[in-house]
Amino acid sequence: MAQDQASAQTKPAIRLEGIEKWFGVTRALQGINLVVWPGDFLVLLGRNGAGKSTLLRVIARLAKPNSGRILVKEIDIGRHTDQVRLQLGFVAHSSYLYSNLTARENLRFFGRMYRMDKLEVRIKEALRWVGLDESADRRVKGFSRGMQQRLSIARATLHGPDILLMDEPYSGLDLEASELLSTWMREFVGRGKTILMATHDLEQGLAFVNRWALLEKGTIAEEYSGDPGRIRERYKQFLRERRGAFS
Amino acid sequence: MKPSVLHALCMLVLVLAALYTAFLYAPTEVTMGEVQRIFYFHVSSAWTSFLGIFLVLLFSIFSLLNGSRAWDIRAAAAAEVGAIFCSLVLITGPIWAKPVWGIWWTWDARLTSFFVLWLIYMGYLMLRRLVELPEQRARLSAVFGILGAMDVPIVYMANRWWRTQHPQPVIAGGENSGLDPAMRVALFVSLAAFTSLYFYLWRLRCGIEELQDSGDALHRQFQSMS
Amino acid sequence: MHFLNQVGAILWKDILTEFRTKDAIASMLLFGLLVILMFHFAFEPDSLETEKYGPGLLWVTFIFAGMLGMNRTFAGEKENDNLQSLMLAPVNWGAIFTGKMLANLLFMLMAETVILFCFCVFFNVNLGPRLGWVALITFLGTLGFASAGTILAAVSMNTRMSDVMLPILFLPVALPAVLGSVESTAAALTDPPGEALGFWLRFLVVYDIIFITLPLLLFDYVLEE
Repeated sequence: MAQDQASAQTKPAIRLEGIEKWFGVTRALQGINLVVWPGDFLVLLGRNGAGKSTLLRVIARLAKPNSGRILVKEIDIGRHTDQVRLQLGFVAHSSYLYSNLTARENLRFFGRMYRMDKLEVRIKEALRWVGLDESADRRVKGFSRGMQQRLSIARATLHGPDILLMDEPYSGLDLEASELLSTWMREFVGRGKTILMATHDLEQGLAFVNRWALLEKGTIAEEYSGDPGRIRERYKQFLRERRGAFS
Repeated sequence: MKPSVLHALCMLVLVLAALYTAFLYAPTEVTMGEVQRIFYFHVSSAWTSFLGIFLVLLFSIFSLLNGSRAWDIRAAAAAEVGAIFCSLVLITGPIWAKPVWGIWWTWDARLTSFFVLWLIYMGYLMLRRLVELPEQRARLSAVFGILGAMDVPIVYMANRWWRTQHPQPVIAGGENSGLDPAMRVALFVSLAAFTSLYFYLWRLRCGIEELQDSGDALHRQFQSMS
Repeated sequence: MHFLNQVGAILWKDILTEFRTKDAIASMLLFGLLVILMFHFAFEPDSLETEKYGPGLLWVTFIFAGMLGMNRTFAGEKENDNLQSLMLAPVNWGAIFTGKMLANLLFMLMAETVILFCFCVFFNVNLGPRLGWVALITFLGTLGFASAGTILAAVSMNTRMSDVMLPILFLPVALPAVLGSVESTAAALTDPPGEALGFWLRFLVVYDIIFITLPLLLFDYVLEE
């Protein structure tokens, strides 16, 4: 269990200390403190506008927090941004793909941006892994949403990050693609890596999650860790207690 | 940031002195007549326009390096007040030129540069109006403020060099040569008055913006309580 | 060097995209030709006056056509939020600027080459031995446009009326480059080329240095959220 590892002197994958983020007069994040351990699969739940996306973006350094510290593997992202970026992968509901390039060209581009060597080999492997080796040289424009999502995942993990940040990855996916995504994520976590996922899709997300956190108006209102079986029970109980928390 | 009473008094004294020296103390110019008196205000406005864009440059640099709202307020206020004076330059220029030289406008290096400066001020102010998020507004306008301000001397020099190669009747060239001592006094007083006026208006504008910010801060506090 | 590799990757990506869509170059070309047509109807320059007004017409055409292309600089990055994925990469954001700037430069130069050719045909201008100078001037002037234009395109992209803001912000800043280019072109076309040519070429170089250095220093602040 990830929490047991914690006591065995493992470094936290992500540590957030006192994160605050303002957009003008609106407070998006307030006093966020969170520790995520290697092997955790943490789901961020909450309404639209609760701050889930903002939190992920602040962790990925797309936006700077107004105050607080973010440490990825105990390295301050503010001071060693590039070093930390190599450890992170980001999958959003936008595909982050160039539609006029082929799948292979997209991966090649990102591989070069992430300073990777042995690129062609790794691209071939990545495409095979997400099942896109047949469509490798087709333009992304013609891909279905499911295929685009698979390519997005290949793109996000090409550089071998240990931590994956995902913002509503299930949105717009059909059943087959969703299942593929879930299987793949379980495999990812099984290898000791970490996922932090914001989602609306409560059924999908919770299948093998070991932690969830509820965000409300920019703060963590409720947190729970446990094994996957208990997670769903606790969550359903929570819903009953707080009906209307998710609209 | 609001201007102190002392500042206001000094400014008033200087402005009155400027009006006195410009209209009463300085002699009437021989060839141009009474209209020439506008020259004191024209040149003083030009000076404050340059002062303004220089301050925009300075405050924009601090705004980017420091990131605090205070510098952004100062830069924006400097631009707004500078824009007013720059508009004055473009208005007083033709008012002076038409009766004296018979033409509304000339594309000499100076006037052309002020036209470009005016366009840069307008671009800066328009940019600020079209960006919603305050932090982003501060950064983007600071970037343009720096680029625009650095452009101004280049435009001026380019125009000067261009004009030396294609000489045109230099209209306002003789204004600084052969100034009567009394006129010189009037000019200096006017420059001092306009500078003081500039900073007075600038501080007023900063004060207004700071008040707005306090209001927003109260709003935030209220929001966090609910 | 990572930086150069990343610049190359961005440049190549934009080249690939452009050659598949031909959006930027086609619109710049078409617009450029339309502007030339407009000038013909507006001024009807005969061959004598072409020497006097030619360089000016040419560069006005270049800059207005160029702005069309520059507006699209970040359009490809807005689709699918690609700019964010670039920002997520361990890349110096200056490399994003440089790659984009070089892509703009390349596409503008390509469009300008065709426009220049058409210009010579329509107005019976014989560049002949001056072609080398004109090519150099075109390169230096366009380099200044591309650099100032790229950062200002990034600035405008964040505003409500992005296509309108770009010309408003860009034209005052590009003025010296226009003046320098027109004057050096005019000097290059006189027989023999005046000493003004040397002067304005140096002026363009100085302008380019200033307006490549400044954007490189400032670009990070534009991308930040």
